Parts: sequence; structure tokens; C-alpha cells
Amino acid sequence: MQREVIIAGFGGQGVLLIGQLIAYSGMLEGKAVTWLPSYGPEIRGGTCHVIVIVSDRRIGSPYVTQPAAIIVMNRPSLDKFEDRLNSGGILLINSSLTDRLPERKDIRVIAIPATDLAHKLGNSRVANLVMLGGYLGATEVVGLPTMLQALQEVFPEDKHHLLPLNKKALEVGMSYLTEP
Amino acid sequence: MAAIMAGCRKYFAYPITPQNEIPEYMAAHMPEVGGVFLQAESELAAINMVYGAAAAGERAMTSTSGPGYSLMLEGISGIARAELPVVLVLVMRGGPGIGSLENAQLDYFSATKGGGHGGYRNIVLAASSVQELFDLTQLAFELADYYRVLVMLLVDGILGQIMEPIEIMPFSNGKTRSLPAKTWALTGTGRQRPQNIISTMLMREDETYQWHQRMAVKYQKIQAEEVRYDSYCLEDARIAVVAYGMTSRVAETAIDECREQGLPVGLIRPISLFPFPYQFISQYTHRIEGFLVTEVSMGQMVEDVRLAVNGRSEVSFVGRGGGLLSHQEITRGIRELWLKLATK
Repeated sequence: MQREVIIAGFGGQGVLLIGQLIAYSGMLEGKAVTWLPSYGPEIRGGTCHVIVIVSDRRIGSPYVTQPAAIIVMNRPSLDKFEDRLNSGGILLINSSLTDRLPERKDIRVIAIPATDLAHKLGNSRVANLVMLGGYLGATEVVGLPTMLQALQEVFPEDKHHLLPLNKKALEVGMSYLTEP
Repeated sequence: MAAIMAGCRKYFAYPITPQNEIPEYMAAHMPEVGGVFLQAESELAAINMVYGAAAAGERAMTSTSGPGYSLMLEGISGIARAELPVVLVLVMRGGPGIGSLENAQLDYFSATKGGGHGGYRNIVLAASSVQELFDLTQLAFELADYYRVLVMLLVDGILGQIMEPIEIMPFSNGKTRSLPAKTWALTGTGRQRPQNIISTMLMREDETYQWHQRMAVKYQKIQAEEVRYDSYCLEDARIAVVAYGMTSRVAETAIDECREQGLPVGLIRPISLFPFPYQFISQYTHRIEGFLVTEVSMGQMVEDVRLAVNGRSEVSFVGRGGGLLSHQEITRGIRELWLKLATK
């Protein structure tokens, strides 16, 4: 089984970080993983994306044209990636920063007002972790305990005081699926 | 990290995307092992610092991308003439000129056919995963010291950017070769021996001729002993995709897809681009009816594959000038080649 996800947003929204957390968790669970960032003359506030694969077997191409899941953190990312999603795939949208819903009817759409939810937690910058929580809840690609361990290991020591906030954001995103 | 594990203690470079992760790592970790990290004022300076450190008998390395590599070519040609062991990492980006930061495999010709002037050869190695790049980096220092040549790691842009898990361990290729003492190095005579001279000139009568005669022997030995390649699903294949670096992994996905539809297709992956695995490819021409070469370029390695095949099988090509080649494009190329062979 191979799970692929494209995560896209503004530079600074932490899309590369949540991609790294998924890849790291997959590695902790003994799976093959790849993390491939978009790379260009990017600027702060520009668009940015990452392709993450978690697989039970050796990974061939790390470049995926039609993934089974896409997480978009803003409207430009929705516009750019909506068509790339495989039919029947899951599209997670940060509805706080998108003023439209997808037009496609052959996909599952999960809209989470991640920036608003993060704001309620006291820091809008954890919107990425809220979306990650939603993705974990919807796909169970890795277990929550593994993700919590990954958080611990990926965050440098001097950022460990932010761990409780990030864990909370993860849980808020997960529980939003069942009780929005 | 692999370079430091291999005993590299001198690293000189000038920043350029997409390889800045290397100087960033070296800046943080070289001081920890008592090594030198120096950000030179230009690539020209960096390659000449590497020349100096290697001439002094140190394990020295630099890394760059296309535009910086072009600037380094004068120094690389000099290193070849002076027979200095150097490791150079070239992470490819879009070109020519300043080009772009996009993924590319556009520097195959320049890397494997000389690049600079004077008819020299470098050993050129291409990895297809972070683990293999880690292993080959360690091997590169060994080969450089053993043959007294520049060993280049030719890296696709996306391999320079990707993250994958690796096992950190010393590389062993099964061979334990004793490396010759660097008696030629400029370490000071201590009034115990005659002075060593390292020069890039060949001014004496017949010296150019003699140098090339001697290098021909060395390059032939490298071609006889240092060819490296890998294969995938080749046992019963009638079509072989030939690809190096990350493109070979995209090809693997295409091959899996085609195998599910019953197409007998496999992969040949050159790891050493010089020396190129001509013989390995050539020995399959009796069974492989078609070779599909695929590169992120408009066709460079395909010329070496044609030399190896020498007209005995069909050779076709799928490529793009830069960016990301998808497995669907390769799958289409395999199908087209299969149809062409069927109607022959």
C-alpha cells in the first residue's frame, strides 16, 4: 500500500513542516518514505508545496502527478491543485483562507476552518497542525501516538515549549471531522 | 556527513541553489571535527583552494551547481593535469547560462566528456537515492585517492532536495584496497627527501604526449575495474529502460505499471557514468529488442547507449529539457516502443 499526499500553501504556513512530520512518522512505523519539496525562486508569502509518500514497499518515483490526497492551505493552492487529485481522492481545505469550494463532484471534500480554529487556540500559526490532524483523522496514514513522537523528535529543543500547543492543534483538527 | 565520515577535512565552496544544504551542513559540522569550512569569494577561488588542499595531501571537497561548475572548469582541468584526488559534487539545475532552479540532468555531457580543455577524464558517479548518495560519497574519496583523479558525484536537482531515511554507516564495497601513500604531496621535505613539484604545465618536449600515454593506461584501468550499474526486472525483459539518477526511480514506477499490463520491460541503471557500462548494455542486445533511454534532458546519455547497442537493437528516447519527468511519460514511451517493435 502506498499513500501519497500533496500539501500546498503560502510559504511560511508550515506546509513543508507537516510534510516532514508525516514522513518522519512513517519512518518511525518502519515504512518507506519520501519528502520532495517544490523548489524554485520562492519568496516569503509565495506558493510552496511538498509531495510526501508513505509506503509498505520500496518507493520508485517520488514525484506524483495524481495523488490520493491533497491538503490546501489557501485559495491559490486550491486553484492550482484541485485538478491534480485522483478521482475518489480526499481534498482537505483550510476553509478560513479559501472563498470557494471545489467544483469537482468525484472527490471527498473536507473543509476545516483551520486558521480560525488555530486562532482560538491562541496562535494562528498552528493552522498547519490543525489540517494535519484532519488528514490523520481522515486517512489514518500513521497513528496519533507515532505522530506525537515525531513532533517530539522533529521539533528542535528550543521549540519544545510549543509542543503542547501543537498537540492540541492536532487533536482539534482530528476531532473536527466528527464534531465540527 | 558522508564526506566527513570518509575523512574529508577541507571543504571550500561558494553558495548556489540547489546544493546549499551541503555548505550549510559543512559550516555547522566541519569545525566539530577540526576541519576547515571556508566560503570562498567565488567558485574560481573555491576550486583553487581545493586544488591547494589536495596538493597538500588532504581529503578535500567542493560542491556546486551548473553556473558555478562552469566557473570551476579551469581549475578542474588543472586538477586533472596535476592528478590530484578531489571530490566534487555537482547538483544539476536548469541551464544553460544562469538557467533556472528546476530539476535537470543537463550536465551529463560536460561531466562525462571532459567539460574543461585538454582531453582528461573524471570518474562520474550518479546515485538514485539519498542512501546511495551517502554510500557513493564515501566511495568517491577512496577512488580519488586510489587513482589520483577527480571524482564527481553528478546529482539530480531533486535528489539534492529530497529527504529520505538512511542508515548511517561506513561504506564497504567488499574490496579492501590499500591506498597508496601520498608520497607526491607537498608536505614539506623536512630536508629528508627531494622536493615534490605539482604543476599543470606540460612544456617540455614530448611531455604532453607522455602525459596522455600515461593517462590512457590509468583511464583504461578505471574502465576495466570501476564500472558500476544496477538493474531491475531485467531477467525476462525484451525492452530495457536505461536511466540514471532519480529518473531511474521514476522509470521503476513506469516499469511496475507496464509489468501489470504484461509488458516484459526492465531497467538498466548506470551508476558510473564514466566509466560507462558499455559492455553490460551490449551483452543484452541479443535478447533486448528495444532500449528506451530516458533523461531530464533532450538526449545526452542516449549517445552512449547507442554506442553500446551499436545498431543491434532499436534505441528510442523520452526526455524533457528540465523539470519533473512523470512516470506516465515513460510508460507512454515504453508502449510506443513496444508497438514499434511489434510492427517491425
